[in-house]
Formats: sequence, structure tokens, C-alpha cells
Amino acid sequence: MAEKVYATVPATPGSEPYWEGAKAGKLLVKWCQSCKKPHHYPRGVCPHCMSTNLECGEAKGIGEIYTYSIMHAAKPAYVVAYVTLDEGVSMMTNIVDVDPAKVKVGQKVKVVFKPSEGGGRLPCFTPL
Amino acid sequence: MSLNGSAYIVGAYEHPTRKADALSVVRLHADVARGALEDAGLSKGDIDGYFCAGDAPGLGATTMAEYLGLKLRHVDSTECGGSAPILHVAHAAEAIAAGRCNVALITLAGRPRAQMVAAQAAAKDAKGRAPLALKPPDPDAPELAFELPYGPATQNLYAAVAKRHMHEFGTTSEQLAWIKVAASHHAQHNPLAMLRDVVTVEDVLNSPLVSDPLHRLDCCVMSDGGGAIIVARPEIARQLARPLVKVRGTGEAPKHGMGGKMDLTYSAAAWSGPLAFAEAGVAPADIQYASLYDSFTITVLMQLEDLGFCEKGQGGRFVSDGNLISGVGKLPFNTDGGGLCSNHPGNRGGMTKVIEAVRQARGEAHPKVQVKNHDIVLAHGTGGSIGTRHVGSTVILERE
Repeated sequence: MAEKVYATVPATPGSEPYWEGAKAGKLLVKWCQSCKKPHHYPRGVCPHCMSTNLECGEAKGIGEIYTYSIMHAAKPAYVVAYVTLDEGVSMMTNIVDVDPAKVKVGQKVKVVFKPSEGGGRLPCFTPL
Repeated sequence: MSLNGSAYIVGAYEHPTRKADALSVVRLHADVARGALEDAGLSKGDIDGYFCAGDAPGLGATTMAEYLGLKLRHVDSTECGGSAPILHVAHAAEAIAAGRCNVALITLAGRPRAQMVAAQAAAKDAKGRAPLALKPPDPDAPELAFELPYGPATQNLYAAVAKRHMHEFGTTSEQLAWIKVAASHHAQHNPLAMLRDVVTVEDVLNSPLVSDPLHRLDCCVMSDGGGAIIVARPEIARQLARPLVKVRGTGEAPKHGMGGKMDLTYSAAAWSGPLAFAEAGVAPADIQYASLYDSFTITVLMQLEDLGFCEKGQGGRFVSDGNLISGVGKLPFNTDGGGLCSNHPGNRGGMTKVIEAVRQARGEAHPKVQVKNHDIVLAHGTGGSIGTRHVGSTVILERE
């Protein structure tokens, strides 16, 4: 079966570096240079302190499943999840390359990049 | 400024339709406005404040004011999804207390069921795929690109909330099913309810899994329709022939992903509830009936905990064995059958929550589900999704 190609949503101005990073196989997290805290989804203004002094840093790409659900109403079923990265932020994602029945809350996962329309890549996660 | 006693709900009306093939969205809004005015014993010219949310088409409040021919001096179209009408009750009381209006009309209406059926038929004719949503998402929504590709849906994100609750607190599918069972016990007495059959825990567990761990019967119905509420100054309320239902406490709060510090174990009710209880000067134990947002069974369970009807994590035990069934349990809820069985007009359950709370406070609910003591009642709404971002709004009403 051909590999799923994910939909691409046009990036809003300012969020391009995240997608460029993904294309290059890097999972980027925005860090505030003022309050030193990371956040996700990436913004142009820090949601913790409102500073605009932000930089992208490469995450290790390791985390654990905070919660998930298997969408049985879809064919094929897929696993939507929140993964909490080791860096401390949670992100919506899909758990892929695994039998959905084997997915668990608290499971350790690593990032994998899946193809998306227009030659992009989308960060997904798979059990370690 | 406390809103306790600043305004009264004097009119309430629910549209009887559940599938509005021949009625436009504005006509539904107009029908419920007429119904609420008639219920209150007021006329159109008495309305000087109007409240609606994103379900009103076009320019929202402006479009509706034009369609209805309203002459207004106050409008508010705060949009927070399905909890908007509950928040609008608070905003109407605020506006009345501030002298900005005397009689506030709040309407909600929608016809997603008729629209979805039509869209599916059109897709079939064109041999294309049926749409998943009726409206395209807002391309300027900042989270869109970081969520939409992953296939988020209302069902699977609430399911993820349920999954985490089960993980943290040991909540079970059987316990969630009791919420649907209670709703169905009430819906059997509502001739307008879409699902009137009494169901068992087994029926819920044997219905197909929509998104693990939520089954089809853990989900609300999809329906057309709507409702309206009229809120008035105390002096006006006392001149009318309807039972006096006072706005005693209100609270509202948004909750969201907090920049990635996500915690799905509680909802915005944990913030809006205490505000409402403090303003009302009552405690959860004083509430004799509760209308709780029931997009899914898990929504109800979270709100019960977050509003303080039981401790965090004990919601599963609280709802078991019929504790939410009127005449059986300690906290009768959604005695019209709620969104789980009766209707969920416009995919927004807040209006019908207020309306059934008003019926209970007045003593006008169906005799089979009317609670005996109904001096203090509560309505709470969750607009948006607990799985991503939402607004909780709480109102506490007192029958004088």
C-alpha cells in the first residue's frame, strides 16, 4: 500500500521555519530568550511572557504519549495523540508505524517525518 | 459588581424541530424569538438588547436585528461556541445592571443536520466524497497547520480526554455509559427527543466504537433547531405573569493548550464554577438540578468534578447506579434528555441547557422528571473542545 501523504495547510506568516525544519528532518521548538521557556504551537509572541525575542531550537524528538485515541470511524483507523516532548511541551500528532492496539498512554515515542503534499514533511511519532 | 439579583429570566422557548429542511437559519432564530416573547408575555418593541453568537449568519447580531426589525441600544455577539447562550445570560445581566438595556433577547439556532444530509446527497450525485465539515476552517487560525493534518475531530479529541481520565483515575466505559443511561431515562418522557428508548449500560458498550474509548451512544445527537431566552430587569420581571427565575451567580473562563503545558484532566468549569458559586453564595450541595453540557458522556463527567459535585477523579463513581436520574439519584441532570438524547441544535448545546434549567426552576418540566425542590438550579456549558480549547460558562438560577 502506498504511504499516506498528509494534507498540507498553508503556513501562516512567521511559522515557515518550523516547516522548513521538518522538511530537513528536524523537530523545532520555539524557545523564549527572555523567560527561557519553550512553547508549542510556535508563535511570534511568547505565550508565557509576551516577549518577541524567540528562537527555534531543535528538540531531541523523544517524548511520551500523554493521551491518544484510535479513530475507528475512519477507514483506515488512525491514532491521534498528544505527545509530551522531553523538552516539556505537548503537541498534537499521529502515532504511526505501529498496530494501534499496541499504543499506550505513557509510552515512549520518537519523531518520524511523514510526507505531506507539496514535498513537505510532517512530524509524527512512533514507539521507541 | 455582583450580578446576583440584577436580572431575571422571564422567557424561554425551545424550537420543536429536530430537522429543519424547510426553515432557514434566520427563520429558526426568529421563530424562537417569537416563542420566548410569547412565553414572557412581552412584545418585540420591549426588546432593547440582543445577544447571539457565531450561529447567527451574515453580520451576526446586525443581520438578526435587521431580519427581526429590532430597535436596539445594546448588542453582544460574544462567540464561544456552544456555551455562548449561558455566557450571554451573564452578559445580559451585566448590561441590565449597567443600565444599557432593560429587556435582552438571546437566540441560538442552526440546521447542521439538514445541511449535512443535503451535502451528502450532493456529493453522491457528483460521485464525490461526502464532506467531513460544513464549513472550511479559518485559514488564519494559528493552530490550524499544527493540528488539521493529524485528523483531529470533536469525537477523537474528547475520546483522548476520556482516555487520559481513565489512565489517571481508573474511570471505566461502564461508568461513562451510566450518563447516557440517565439521559435516556429522561428522554423517554420527552415526545420531541430524537432518541426516546431507555438504554442500558450494555447497550452503550455494545454500540460501535466511534473513537476509542467513546462509543456511538457516548456521543450526542446531531440536530437542527434552536432556542431563545429573555432576560429582564427585576422591576419588569415582577410585572409579568411568569414564575420569577433570578440570575443568582455567573462565571466564565476560557481554557486552552497553555503554550504546550497541556493538562486535559480538568475543564474550564474548574474556573467558571467557583466564580458562579461565589457570586450566588451557594455551594454545589445546594444545587437541586443541573443542566450540564453533554456533547459526550465524558463532558458531563468532567464538569461534575470541576464544578465540585464530587472530587476530581470520583466522577465515575458519582454517575454510577442512576445517580443522575430524576427521582432516583442525588443530582438530576438534563431532564429533557439533553444533547445525548433530545437535541443539540446547531451543534451548540448551551441554549437548551438554560431552557431546561428554567423549566425546572419554574416547576414546568415534564411531571415525570420535575425535581421536587427546585429553588436553586445550575446550567453549565462547554463551548469548543475540552480536548483543545474551550470556554466554560456557568449560571446559577434561583426560583423566588
